[in-house]
Amino acid sequence: MCLAVPLKVIQINGKDAVGESLGIRRDIRIDFIKDVNLGDYVIVHAGFAIEKIEEEAALENLRLIKEVADALE
Amino acid sequence: MLWNEFKKPKDIEKILSALTKYDKEIRIMEICGTHTVSIAKSGIKGILPKNIKLISGPGCPVCVTPTERIDDILFLSKNKDVLIATYGDMIRVTGSIDGTSLEKRKAEGFDIRVVYSPLDAVKIAQCCKDKEVVFIGIGFETTAPSTAIAIERAINEGVNNFSVFSLHKMVEPVLRKLINMNDFNIDGFLCPGNVAVIIGEEGFRFLEIEFKIPSVICGFEAGDIIYSIYRLIQMRENKDFKLENEYIRAVKQKGNEIARNIMNKYFEPCDDIWRGIGWIENSGLKLKDEYIQYDAVKKFNLDLNPYKNNDFCSCGEVIKGKIDPRECKLFSTVCTIENPKGPCMVSSEGACAAAYKYSD
Ligand code: SF4
Ligand code: SF4
Repeated sequence: MCLAVPLKVIQINGKDAVGESLGIRRDIRIDFIKDVNLGDYVIVHAGFAIEKIEEEAALENLRLIKEVADALE
Repeated sequence: MLWNEFKKPKDIEKILSALTKYDKEIRIMEICGTHTVSIAKSGIKGILPKNIKLISGPGCPVCVTPTERIDDILFLSKNKDVLIATYGDMIRVTGSIDGTSLEKRKAEGFDIRVVYSPLDAVKIAQCCKDKEVVFIGIGFETTAPSTAIAIERAINEGVNNFSVFSLHKMVEPVLRKLINMNDFNIDGFLCPGNVAVIIGEEGFRFLEIEFKIPSVICGFEAGDIIYSIYRLIQMRENKDFKLENEYIRAVKQKGNEIARNIMNKYFEPCDDIWRGIGWIENSGLKLKDEYIQYDAVKKFNLDLNPYKNNDFCSCGEVIKGKIDPRECKLFSTVCTIENPKGPCMVSSEGACAAAYKYSD
């Protein structure tokens, strides 16, 4: 039911949108997301985008992991 | 691509090697089907020492649906006026009579359709006006909002031949139930990232405040999982029992309010039954009285089966994390992916299917 991979929004038409990952396209709904723009990445679950993920947060996320790894030296 | 870096973040090897040196027994439960699959697929289980035990909990919505409700759906599917629309994972789950399933019903000529989104079910209802379309609403807080959108669409567009058989469930009540069992022996939880996207960090806060069980809200890539397991071990070693959010790229503190609001507009909590566990107070979601005409149970006056719990298989024990799939007598002999006997083997996110496909 879930896709763990984020999809890139490549088309928006009201609450309907098209998401893409690795060349595979899917019709998705964006009812639950405020301000979606073309090029945004979303997590999709049963055809619905449930959250937008932002680059900044992902970088912060990687930093979190790195911090713990660094402390291991 | 940035998101791919979580598969193998820089320096994750360091964390992994620290994990392989850990020599105390620790039991960690994951409560999401996607975690189960990711752990099996990435081979994490094989790399970790045997004393770090990863146990699948009640995280797959197909698996936790009890046989009694599958029987109810199978009963409804025999109504000639009814068209059942369901996610694909449900159609091979068998009822109490061996060999009965929605797939079988379809072969017998009853109208069963697989849909990818609940809105597809509404579309079918708009085309097939002579049929009563029943959508099987299954899943935790992650999918319930989408079902709510479908109901809203049906209302707005005056689609009267559409209803929902709600099997939707919530995560918090089942966790509380597990924790309060006498033989509860889990040292830490990997909390389901997708559910947390909706209910937020706050939705899992009770684990820290009331129970002091180390818990990490975790993403779905191998790197996310390895990091989170390591944090659970650290918390335990430092006796620093709290809830952490590893999946910060997707999970906000308060979750997704828009999704929760629409879910709460149409659904309200109700007592519900879980496979292998039984009744749990306020653990399910049913349609509010105002929307009764979209509730399939009411619409068809279904007399739901009482909880009997006489399953022949061990799926209930697998779901509670009491046994490993391989400990089920039927595993890989009688029960296989090709010919599944229980939901944990049917569902692609089930613990038995993961153990079978990626056997280590
Ligand atoms: S439906 Fe999604 S969030 Fe729910 S258990 Fe499956 S993978 Fe996890
Ligand atoms: S092996 Fe089959 S019967 Fe046994 S617990 Fe798993 S799914 Fe159920």
